[in-house]
Amino acid sequence: MDDDQGLTAGRRPALRRRAAALLHRRPRLRLSLLLSAPLAWLVAGYLGALAAIFVTAFWTTDVFTGEVVRQFTLANFQTLVDEPVYRTVALRSLGVAAAVTVIDAVVGVPMALYMAKVAKPRHRPYLVIAILAPLWAAYLVKAYAWRVMLAEGGLVNEALKPFGLSGPGYGLTATVIVLAYLWLPYMILPVYTGLERLPDSLLDASGDLGARPLRTLRSVVLPLAFPALVAGSIFTFSLSLGDYITVKIVGGRRQLLGNVVYDNIGAANNLPFAAAVATIPVVVMLGYLAAARRTGALREL
Amino acid sequence: MTFSPAARIALRVLMGLGLAVIYVPLLVVLVNSVNADRAFGWPPSGFTGHWWTRAMDNDGARRAVLTSVKAGVGATAAALVLGTLAAFAVARHRFFGREAVSLVVVLPIALPGIVTGIALSNAFQVVLKPLGIGLGLFTVIVGHATFCVVTIYNNVLARLRRTGANLEEASADLGADTFQTFWYVTFPALRSALFAGALLSFALSFDEIIVTTFTAGPGAETLPIWIFNNLFRPNQAPVVNVLAAALIVLSIVPIYLAQRLSSASRGVT
Repeated sequence: MDDDQGLTAGRRPALRRRAAALLHRRPRLRLSLLLSAPLAWLVAGYLGALAAIFVTAFWTTDVFTGEVVRQFTLANFQTLVDEPVYRTVALRSLGVAAAVTVIDAVVGVPMALYMAKVAKPRHRPYLVIAILAPLWAAYLVKAYAWRVMLAEGGLVNEALKPFGLSGPGYGLTATVIVLAYLWLPYMILPVYTGLERLPDSLLDASGDLGARPLRTLRSVVLPLAFPALVAGSIFTFSLSLGDYITVKIVGGRRQLLGNVVYDNIGAANNLPFAAAVATIPVVVMLGYLAAARRTGALREL
Repeated sequence: MTFSPAARIALRVLMGLGLAVIYVPLLVVLVNSVNADRAFGWPPSGFTGHWWTRAMDNDGARRAVLTSVKAGVGATAAALVLGTLAAFAVARHRFFGREAVSLVVVLPIALPGIVTGIALSNAFQVVLKPLGIGLGLFTVIVGHATFCVVTIYNNVLARLRRTGANLEEASADLGADTFQTFWYVTFPALRSALFAGALLSFALSFDEIIVTTFTAGPGAETLPIWIFNNLFRPNQAPVVNVLAAALIVLSIVPIYLAQRLSSASRGVT
């Protein structure tokens, strides 16, 4: 080879060869060189930061000085349980996440079913692109688009006017609609993948045995696609639970858990309490993941 | 097929409606960017290119785009190194805790952004502040790289598993040392996976707002933060709308690249 690029013997290549030989002889050394940087960053850095914030949740903030008091106490969690306003916000957030997930399932499953079983196979890749493409458009742009559409003289109100109706305006309904819109592709794609793997022969067999389409859907398709549905719901549920930006853009004054965390960091300067509030979505998601694991959904991700 | 004609038509209609709902908001933004009515009244009273020229001249928006590009490039570079190293360790070695590596890599993106945001912000205050490093572009890059690693890791790991170690062993048998094997055999096989991962990583970083809010100081205003800060100012609305429209148009680039990449890799196998 002409374009040898100095890889044959020479002064520096000799050093490089020795290093290569050393790495070849010692796989453990090679492994530790490979792992040290990622582990330092993600375990020591990221997991360390997570642990630190979790510990902070058990501290308090001095009301007068604003300094963090490093003394173990359950006061923050006590406040969360005792104050009705936090219970309301937590339940509201769970409700929003559940509503978004249900809407995405109801809208997404028929679309995934069409893509996987009705559309011509050569059209399928294009439908997948059509669903995937909006994910590349910025989150903020999509939330903003809805803000414009839901405004006073916006498209939604104008379109509903002839029917004597008006749009929901900014508020909790708008939050649910926009979040469902944002996360819909995350529901469609896993369900589509799950349905595409489902052999057509099973559907034919069900039909041959006398089942009507709805019965086939209920007794054959949905049970087999259920893990994929749960996999999709992990995204829609988790992403909705931590959101506070959409709420700020279209949610009016109805706050979610994310807003409570945000406000306690910014305006109230109460990091320990914010950390305590932030443990709620984490605990809920860990429980959700544990439940999803039993359905085999985690292998569908 | 078991679907009755009626069921097929119903599903087709639902698909059409679904796609319409997905695309109408994006079209509204595009139309509004040339809407002559500054309050975006609907239907538009006329069309103008005035907002686009005004947006091009907006210094804050231009600086924000530049900051976002810097953050995306920095975070992607760090993620490329970390993700590739971790993928090699998992794909080519056996060690205690190997299964846990995937979990640690995916965690920053699986947890709600606000949790990652406050954890990193707190850690930066405690660790970096005494060293004289305040919140700014550097901390944004560190934060973004943390959740971008997973895109590179997944792509590289999938590619390494698919190609196997046979070619690398053949290369070693023919006398190539570890570095030569990497440079002439492994790296070329990884190139498209690295590119796909980098594309996704850059897009994630460019779009991110929650972690950024907590890790950016006053000096580092990325594009999403700039848009968010100006969203509620009525006189900035046309400029915000033009930027949103521009981002929608620009998103065709990664879609096109990703598509070419996946059809190219399908051609190989």
